[in-house]
Amino acid sequence: MSTRPGNDASTAVRRHSRLLPGPASTLRERVSDWIFPPKGPEISPVVLGQRRVYILPTGAGLMFGVTILLMLIGSINYNLSLGYVLVFLLAGNGMVAMVHTWRNLARTALRPGKADPVFAGQLASFRIYVENTSSLPRTSLAVQLPGTEIEFHDVPRRSSKLIELKVPALSRGMFYPGRLRLSTTYPVGLFYAWALVDLDMHCLVYPKPEAGHCPLPFERMSAGDGPALHTGEEDFAGLRTFRAGDSPRRIAWKAFARNEILLSKQFSGGTATEIWLDFQDLPIMGVEAKLSRLARWVIESEATAIRYGLRLPGIAFNPDSGVPHRERCLQALALFRS
Amino acid sequence: MIARDVSLINLAAILGSLAMVIAPHSLHLPAWIPALAAVVLLARFYFGWRRVKLPNKWLLVTLALASTAAIALSYHTLYGRDVGVAMLTVMMALKVMEMTKPRDTMVVVLLAYFLVVTNFFYSQSILTALYMLLVVWIITATMIGLQHQAGQPSVVPVLRQAAMMILQGIPVMLTLFVLFPRVQGPLWGLPQINYSAKSGLGDSMAPGDLSSLILSDAVAFRVLFDQPPSSPGQFYWRGPVLWNYDGRTWRAINNVTAQRPDIESLGLPLRYTVTMEPHERNWLFAVDMPVSVPEGAYLTTDYQLLSRRVVRDRLRYGMASSLRYRAGIDETLENRRLALRLPAGVSPRTRALAMQWRAESESDRDIVFRALRMFHEQPFIYTLSPPQLDTDPVDQFLFETRSGFCEHYASAFTFLMRTAGIPARVVTGYLGGETNPLDGYVVVRQSDAHAWSEVWLPSEGWIRIDPTAAVSPLRVERGLAEALPAIDRPLLARGAFDWLKRVRYAWDAAANNWNQWVLGYTPDRQIRFLGQMGLSNANWRDMVIVLTVISGAIMLALALVLLLRLQSQRPDTVQRIYLSYCDALAKRGAARNPSEGPRDFAARVSMQFPEHRASAHKISALYVSLRYGPGRNAGKLEAMREAVRKIRLRT
Repeated sequence: MSTRPGNDASTAVRRHSRLLPGPASTLRERVSDWIFPPKGPEISPVVLGQRRVYILPTGAGLMFGVTILLMLIGSINYNLSLGYVLVFLLAGNGMVAMVHTWRNLARTALRPGKADPVFAGQLASFRIYVENTSSLPRTSLAVQLPGTEIEFHDVPRRSSKLIELKVPALSRGMFYPGRLRLSTTYPVGLFYAWALVDLDMHCLVYPKPEAGHCPLPFERMSAGDGPALHTGEEDFAGLRTFRAGDSPRRIAWKAFARNEILLSKQFSGGTATEIWLDFQDLPIMGVEAKLSRLARWVIESEATAIRYGLRLPGIAFNPDSGVPHRERCLQALALFRS
Repeated sequence: MIARDVSLINLAAILGSLAMVIAPHSLHLPAWIPALAAVVLLARFYFGWRRVKLPNKWLLVTLALASTAAIALSYHTLYGRDVGVAMLTVMMALKVMEMTKPRDTMVVVLLAYFLVVTNFFYSQSILTALYMLLVVWIITATMIGLQHQAGQPSVVPVLRQAAMMILQGIPVMLTLFVLFPRVQGPLWGLPQINYSAKSGLGDSMAPGDLSSLILSDAVAFRVLFDQPPSSPGQFYWRGPVLWNYDGRTWRAINNVTAQRPDIESLGLPLRYTVTMEPHERNWLFAVDMPVSVPEGAYLTTDYQLLSRRVVRDRLRYGMASSLRYRAGIDETLENRRLALRLPAGVSPRTRALAMQWRAESESDRDIVFRALRMFHEQPFIYTLSPPQLDTDPVDQFLFETRSGFCEHYASAFTFLMRTAGIPARVVTGYLGGETNPLDGYVVVRQSDAHAWSEVWLPSEGWIRIDPTAAVSPLRVERGLAEALPAIDRPLLARGAFDWLKRVRYAWDAAANNWNQWVLGYTPDRQIRFLGQMGLSNANWRDMVIVLTVISGAIMLALALVLLLRLQSQRPDTVQRIYLSYCDALAKRGAARNPSEGPRDFAARVSMQFPEHRASAHKISALYVSLRYGPGRNAGKLEAMREAVRKIRLRT
């Protein structure tokens, strides 16, 4: 178990993000973390060696044990030879069940897939390939990330299965979903086998775009290389938040339908408009609130085809547009630390 | 475990298992209990099928109380083993009405196993064992079905998995069975068990008693001789000795333990082991005359072997008998008087005959021979279905019907002797038996029941006289089957059914092995068997150690076998084809980086060899879809194989 070498920056980020309030951890998860302390992500594919699959009897398993003990006492008392046979048959069955429960997990391989970025408050979707290279099927594997519901999956022999686990992304940054718990009670529910796997999985979480009234900072618009901004009627320049007095004919109804925000169409005299979104220029408000607003502006600017630049303390992106630019800006906002 | 409702197929499996568990109990439970269980199980299935809400708790509580009251009425008690079984059956049936989640089912399954054990109170035969195995199989399959949480279980694979698990558990079962330290029960007092009357010899004999017993093919006991007896002759197995006669019925008297049995052996003793079926009586059987006394038993003054405890379980004991003996030369006067007592006024014609013989004879021996000669020379008939004797059985039999079974002859003969002043008594027991050629055991059945006489002669002591032999020598020499007309014989004793006889031999040998080794594996037998296996003087600690080591080794072996199957990393077809493609490109100078995914590799190949661009993308797309896509697709596999073959050929 070693971290991927030469990735100090991401390890640092990870260490930081572990301190962030993650999904509510249950008592069981806390106890489990105490007994099996996390050691950092593992190189994929992670093959569950036979020694890292843990196993314990379930409640039903203990009940089963007590029952056959009572049956044994009864058989002794009444000299029921066939009672002994049944008790021993069930005991043998129980021991075999233990081995089979263990083998349902042992040597399963897990490989993390890509997780697309999401905005804070949305569900992050982690893809995991569960691979079964063995000649035995794996049945009813329970897969669970902290804070999610258990999902059950069958993985037939010599095949692999793509599982998608959705975890609420609560705050911006690099979201590490925590350790995956792969468990099973198959075949008879008397034993619970599990393994905790720290897959190298992460999901970029953009700040949650601010909702409500926050117009693009057109007062800080600059024309870049081109001439000064005209607000004539020549060309469609973009959208800005509706202000009292704007002509209803200029309202962007399509955008309204999409975002439920009233926007007015702006027209300019032929040159592409540029806009600087600057962290420093925002009024006094919390860092997260500022990032939220900037995220909203980035999305809005991209949607209105304005060339926009982003300036954060220590980092700046020159005005540009297009999806890669948008992603770059949002990533910077997501990972920003003051 | 997520709380889901039990699916219909799982519900059917559970209810089916319970029905299988309850079915054998319907043989001894009051009829309303299995009927109630059937109704409840069917109703539960209907509710599950129609998705009807289950009845509320109070209805169930009411039903449970009503059933308890009904059980109390049926059994007149709420205590005891049978009542326990009845309660368990009813409660288990009612429990399914509040079973909705898979986790509730475990309680029902465990109750079912309990009910399987209670069935052994009533039968522990091979068939019961096979049925138990079937039930365990179905219950295990049900449990497996309940664990299929990602989809519906399909019947055949689940049954196969269950069978495999049971088979894999059998070595552990055998180890535990042989090595688990046996404790002689009971651990606490047996609560009033109603032992049902078993068929077998009684302590009295009236005309017709034996001839009804003779129709039973049930095994009385099995014998294994240390050395096969040199003569194939039939042995007299001595049982209850009857002294008191009331004009119709012969009865035993209270037995007195013989301090020093006055039996003088005149030959080498015959040694053998008897395995007796439980008969709810005290007496044990031994070849006439017993010269040893097994542990826990004693010999009476009339040479009956009695167990100190009622024989309620199959009992095994070693014996020695002497075929040639002299017994009771110094019989007490008191006993001789007892052997002469007769009720006043019965059978006047027989009395007259005996008086006449006494007057005409010189010795007691003469009278004995006259009686035997009478049976032999006059038209007496040996038959299993003699005419009814009502008022005076002995007179009627000797002078009117003249056809009877061994009990008639023994009774009449003894009566004659007593009237003539010769001390005599009736001995009941078994004559003969059948050697099973498969395992050498001699099986003595109820149909071998017999009665004969013993007379006391001065200076000779007690001598066995079998008057039946005078009428039907075949009965004594060759057994019942030969002596009776075909129609009278018990079915299996008829000669025409040779194949049936062979089947019976095989079945009987199996049943005997079962009795000896499975049901009769007592603490003593375990110690002896382990001694033979080289674990002499084993105490329970040794057994537990050996047991743990062996079952641990079995589990380890199983785990290793499974691990080998898990590690069989033979790449699958898709992988193999893709790897051969990578090989082909590596030869051209485009080796795939181990960390390079198929798509990245395809992109690099397209740049390096623009002429392979189309094929590279096609192959990587097919590979990804076959390997990570849903399910197998034969068409795609063939397309990929073909594309790779083209690339390889072009090298």
